Amino acid sequence: MEALSIEQARDYDHKRYLWPMGFGIILLIGALTSVGLYAGMTLFLFSAPLITYGVIPLMDWLIGKDSANPPEEALAALESDPYYRWLTYIYVGIELVFFAFLAYVVGTFQLSWLEWFGLTWTTGILTGVSINTAHELGHKKPRLERWLAMIALAPVAYGHFYVEHNKGHHRRVATPQDPASARMGESFWRFLPRTMVLSVASAWRIEKERLARKGKCAFSSDNEVLQAWAMTAVLWFALMAAFGTQLLPFLVLQAFLGASLLEAVNYVEHYGLLRRKMDNGRFERVQPAHSWNNDHIVTNVFLFHLQRHSDHHAHPTRRYQALRHFDDAPELPTGYAGMILLAYVPWLWFRVMDPRVVRHYRGDIRRANLQPGREEKLLARYPAADAAGEG
Amino acid sequence: MARYRCGECGFVYDEAEGCEHEGFPPGTAWADIPDDWACPDCAVVEKPEFDRLDDTTVEH
Repeated sequence: MEALSIEQARDYDHKRYLWPMGFGIILLIGALTSVGLYAGMTLFLFSAPLITYGVIPLMDWLIGKDSANPPEEALAALESDPYYRWLTYIYVGIELVFFAFLAYVVGTFQLSWLEWFGLTWTTGILTGVSINTAHELGHKKPRLERWLAMIALAPVAYGHFYVEHNKGHHRRVATPQDPASARMGESFWRFLPRTMVLSVASAWRIEKERLARKGKCAFSSDNEVLQAWAMTAVLWFALMAAFGTQLLPFLVLQAFLGASLLEAVNYVEHYGLLRRKMDNGRFERVQPAHSWNNDHIVTNVFLFHLQRHSDHHAHPTRRYQALRHFDDAPELPTGYAGMILLAYVPWLWFRVMDPRVVRHYRGDIRRANLQPGREEKLLARYPAADAAGEG
Repeated sequence: MARYRCGECGFVYDEAEGCEHEGFPPGTAWADIPDDWACPDCAVVEKPEFDRLDDTTVEH
């Protein structure tokens, strides 16, 4: 097997010229918002939620899937092609500019409460989707990309994610101990406060342990959670100094909306999936079977291949353009954008997803990650008797 | 002084250099690193699964 050159590898990426849409959509939403603002069309101030919850799921359905994989010999060249990482750097710049613009508008324009809410929601979608770009950057080894990850997380005040996700979630994914893995029978509305609170606690514990090894206390300037939060404080104070303290409710609400969007994606990614415990008490290594995937093109382009999630967990430092689809990994009926809509309506979510978890475990949900307290109800509904004893 | 490599992402722990960020000063022996410590770059591989590099191994 001979490695390919960057030029040869390019041809294997069918989405190569679609990836700029990752930030292109922010420019589009920025344009729509400006039109709404200056032409007085309030509906346009809701352009981000309308696109995220309406246009994208619809386009996923219309355009369909791309499950093509680059061959093994193209992976190294694809990863080293600087084109792809530049797109993520540009994204962060555009995110910050648009965020500052929205803060300027909210701080200085006379707005009705509906206009205020539309702009705040649009901002929350912007900063929430940006957590995905921060996620792509934060997994990489170069210092610059890790810094950009923290900067991208500053508007949404979710800097602890940088620590918790890499060192917490990735180690404990698909186990009952992971605050960011949803359990079968757990609604999104129960998952949301659990993951938000316990993720902060986990990030803090991870940094506290690391700093203790260095002989430092948790409240040290070396604490990366504190560093990330300090970036948020600086950014928010600068915006309030520039555009007025009446920005505070806007800043807080958009951060909450943005973080909830990310957590809705987290909810979808590992719902009900469980790693087996080995005889030595440790969990088996993460397998493709421990993440929900989807290959719908539109959401994959906007989320930098996040939905090729099994490969991401197998190779967390691998860059988005080199992630692969697995035929035998758990597959969702549609893209994450459509799935988070379902997640907001628990009875519908359970109806669609629980049978999929049952099928994935060949009828034996005792092998699934079950919500404590709901085991009996779930087992009564999906009896495991027939499947007992199966591998 | 030995070196140990993460089989997933290629991170190398060198006993001579240690890993300051993780709180292991230069000279920290592999034996003194806790078993539940995972690769700081990918978190996929835990200490017991690291590969020991012999002196002739060239990293790729």
